[in-house]
Amino acid sequence: MKKSTKAAVGTLLVAALFAGVWLAERLAGANSMLVTVLEKGAIYALIAVSMNLLNGFTGLFSLGQAGFMLVGAYTYAIFTIPAARRMAVYQYYQGGIVQFELPCLLAIVLAGVVAAAFAALVGLPVLRLKSDYLAIATLGFAEIIRAVIQYDKLGPLTNGSNLLKTYPTFDTALFPFAVAGVCIAVILMLIHSTYGRACKAIRDDEIAAEAMGINLFRHKLLSFVISSFFAGVGGALLAMYQGTVQANAFKSSMTYEILLIVVIGGMGSVTGSVLASFLFIACSEWWLRFLDVETFIGTVQVPLLRSGFRMVVFSVVIMAVVLFYRRGIMGDREFSLDAIARAFSGKKRKGARAK
Amino acid sequence: MFDRILPYLLAGISVGGQYALIAVGYTMVYGILRLINFAHGDIFTAAGFFMVYFAAAMPLYVAAPLVVVATVLLGFVVERVAYKPLRSAPRMSIMISAIGVSYLLQNLMWYVTGGLAKQYPVLPWISEQITIGPASTKMATVVTPVITVLLVVALVMLIKHTKIGMAMRAVSRDFETAQLMGIKINSVISMTFVIGSFLAAIGSMLYFSNYTTVTPTIGAMPGLKAFVAAVFGGIGSIPGAVIGAMLIGICENVIKAVGYTTFSDAFTFALLIVVLVFKPTGLFGEKTSEKV
Amino acid sequence: MKKVMALVLALMMVLTCAAFAEDANVIKIGVFEPASGDNGAGGKQEVLGIEYANSLVPTVTIGDTEYTVELVVVDNQSQTDKAVTAAQTLVSEGVSVVLGSYGSGVSMAGGEVFAQAQVPAIGCSCTNPGVTSLCDYYWRICYIDPFQGTVMANFAMEQGAQNAYVLTQLGDDYSTGLGFYFQQAFESLGGTVVAETFTEGTSDFTAYLNNAISAGADVVFAPSSTTSASLIINQAASMNVDFPIMAGDTWESSVILDAVKGTSVQVYCSTFFDERDESNTVAAEFVAGFKEWLNANPDKLTNNGGNDIVAAVSALGYDGYMVALEAVKAAGSASPADIAAALPGVTYDGVTGAIAFDEIGDAQKDMAYIKLANTETGEFDFVKTQTVADLG
Repeated sequence: MKKSTKAAVGTLLVAALFAGVWLAERLAGANSMLVTVLEKGAIYALIAVSMNLLNGFTGLFSLGQAGFMLVGAYTYAIFTIPAARRMAVYQYYQGGIVQFELPCLLAIVLAGVVAAAFAALVGLPVLRLKSDYLAIATLGFAEIIRAVIQYDKLGPLTNGSNLLKTYPTFDTALFPFAVAGVCIAVILMLIHSTYGRACKAIRDDEIAAEAMGINLFRHKLLSFVISSFFAGVGGALLAMYQGTVQANAFKSSMTYEILLIVVIGGMGSVTGSVLASFLFIACSEWWLRFLDVETFIGTVQVPLLRSGFRMVVFSVVIMAVVLFYRRGIMGDREFSLDAIARAFSGKKRKGARAK
Repeated sequence: MFDRILPYLLAGISVGGQYALIAVGYTMVYGILRLINFAHGDIFTAAGFFMVYFAAAMPLYVAAPLVVVATVLLGFVVERVAYKPLRSAPRMSIMISAIGVSYLLQNLMWYVTGGLAKQYPVLPWISEQITIGPASTKMATVVTPVITVLLVVALVMLIKHTKIGMAMRAVSRDFETAQLMGIKINSVISMTFVIGSFLAAIGSMLYFSNYTTVTPTIGAMPGLKAFVAAVFGGIGSIPGAVIGAMLIGICENVIKAVGYTTFSDAFTFALLIVVLVFKPTGLFGEKTSEKV
Repeated sequence: MKKVMALVLALMMVLTCAAFAEDANVIKIGVFEPASGDNGAGGKQEVLGIEYANSLVPTVTIGDTEYTVELVVVDNQSQTDKAVTAAQTLVSEGVSVVLGSYGSGVSMAGGEVFAQAQVPAIGCSCTNPGVTSLCDYYWRICYIDPFQGTVMANFAMEQGAQNAYVLTQLGDDYSTGLGFYFQQAFESLGGTVVAETFTEGTSDFTAYLNNAISAGADVVFAPSSTTSASLIINQAASMNVDFPIMAGDTWESSVILDAVKGTSVQVYCSTFFDERDESNTVAAEFVAGFKEWLNANPDKLTNNGGNDIVAAVSALGYDGYMVALEAVKAAGSASPADIAAALPGVTYDGVTGAIAFDEIGDAQKDMAYIKLANTETGEFDFVKTQTVADLG
């Protein structure tokens, strides 16, 4: 396919996507489950892609994503709560010490920057560790970050362990789509740069990569910091989506969920992560809800259906993917216009041969 | 002064003993499979729920052995279903599978219990009250370290002096060579999980006799801490795991005693990172060199 | 054959008409409560009160048409992040008004969702001031924590306490808030306070209790979920502590009674309502009817903790439902916006006293009941009532 047609088709597809989201919001209503799933799915897509950048593309098995999301979410919330409402939000800390507010977009960028700064600090000691040690150390760091944020003495800044709220949120699903879309596009560009190729080389064989003159530590750190930047942005979006944010919710189980999304989508596939995010969120929040409701057919109660069954079914499905479809939906392939074009022309060629 | 410290020490040693029983399971599995068995903490919780449900249905002297059997069976099944098919897969996959099992077990327990806390039954003798000097506590607190040490000594004997123990040592030293020497890898690995789950079952009885509420996620934190203890003591080393667990138990209580209650969990992880960065082999771990 | 067909068709038409007619005359009320997690036990009791109220008054008349009330129950799992999803489910179901929740943190989290969707919510037993003060769509029918904290601080003083040890749970807005207001009041009365926090999922409270002993505390104030409470009481019993343990409304639960029974631990809590209070005829009638209803339904009895003790949160759930119906009547419409507009003017004489809202959206409740958990009978003994006026 020619480069210009590719660009045109790509732009058209993106425009169609946004038009679709806009239509969905108009037709189904802003409070419908469909729009909820679209919003949350877009946010999780960004977070999953940021994790995939580490785990799938650089081969660093990090479990600290929830910690960096937490930093991002808190940064956003702290700097955007309207000054007039601080007294009520920081009800135990005389209104807190931050007495100004930043514009929403600036705060989102700041959320990423602060998360990235934390990552740089954490990465210095931790990234020298190997595979599972790295996993458990990053997991530990996420827990430490959570404890520090909840610390009473930091209350004037973080409101202690209490909820933060009344900060600006978005009122259309187009917003998270736009922000997540831009971020994912940047990540894609990074992956296709020399830097991205170096990361893949590290993933495939560290020693060979080092022999080729790639500075292992610098690339790992860079990848860690960039991933955390986007996790921080994702955290800020999540805070906006929820309307309230509390450190307590950013537990290691949140990281596990994101990791499972990445695995379902396929380690090393950006489009896989995006697809899997929407699937995961739609299943857990919407499509499988009926499993949680006690249902009667006539007078006979359908067995097993009651609160909590949804998550059991869901986790069984995930285990099946982990065990039997280890490559996930996409493996390490990408959904691309080229591939589709090839598939079409390939079919044609086969047809031609058959004649 | 001693009067003031004694209760904290007692609590610390007791909690440490319970962590130790979990930590041994972690360290043995890691020693052989190089796998952080994230589901181990949930197997510990499951043992607690087994007791809750069994004790409601039958007398305790039947229920208690049955809890141990059920827990061991659970550990065995988890290994066979979730880890065995991935033996040749990259280490990351098998760890993800462990996380998946943990997720599944927690959701399953949530479903069965309706997400509500359950009261652990009162076990005879170890739930009784005892007074030591100025401190009053439960028998379980005092018995835990003793039982832990006895079990661990027995385990070390088993590993040093029996055939299966020798096989375990061989497998943890070199997986492939052991296989070539005709050691049945699968039965050795299953045995490891059986022992780990057995100790977790005993640990859960002691733990929940002290802290009588069982919830689906209650095992996650003790599980992680036990893993830290295993790393601290030098992963793969059983006495190391026990000493690491005791130290962590005591430190945790001392941290609370001096007033930094917010950081009692975070401290454990800080310790983990310090150990990993400065002495990755832990207190008693063997040095391994990375092979190219 | 044709006759059969005709009959079937006619039947189907009637049925569909009936179904449509029913659909048109249904008003949905959302029940936003925890059924699982740390506060699951209490949430279930609050739902019972709402269900009982619904069984008594299953319809409401708007204009000239009678509407059937349909309860849409969701489980917020006692967690603020799960609460958001639960609230969204209610909103997408198209409920007209929401009741709940037990637990302040989840109410605050859900409140943002309700405010965005402009659906009014009535808090039954969430006591943190932040629930209503920052949310224009939340009203509340119980007293709030600055009052409750002051009541308990005064009571502790009356019991001769001078040094208090306050233990609260990190990330639980109810616990942190009540602890804060207790500390404030207790210190302003001349007492000293040592305050500490524990993290979610803590099982080992011995170190905290030891800290209380070494701080020389003569009372422990530990507002928390019932799950933590039973652990605290159990460990306090095995440590033979000699100070009383006090807490707020969450501790008025059979979980606490079970934990206290057979020990020597003194447990006091404040609550909204006393089932043996004969002075209020509405309440007496409610208690009798509710007990009968519970005993007739084994499932409901299990949800109440296996006995027919009437929890204050059930009474509040009942009142919440009635207030919601009053609001629907006053609005004369099933639309959330109309109900929200009508709510500030609604008054109601309920089981837990007269309800009228101030400009923030809080009911002007000024009476707390203090109860002692009896270690022998396993029931709550009424100690005293305290009003704002008593506090001076």
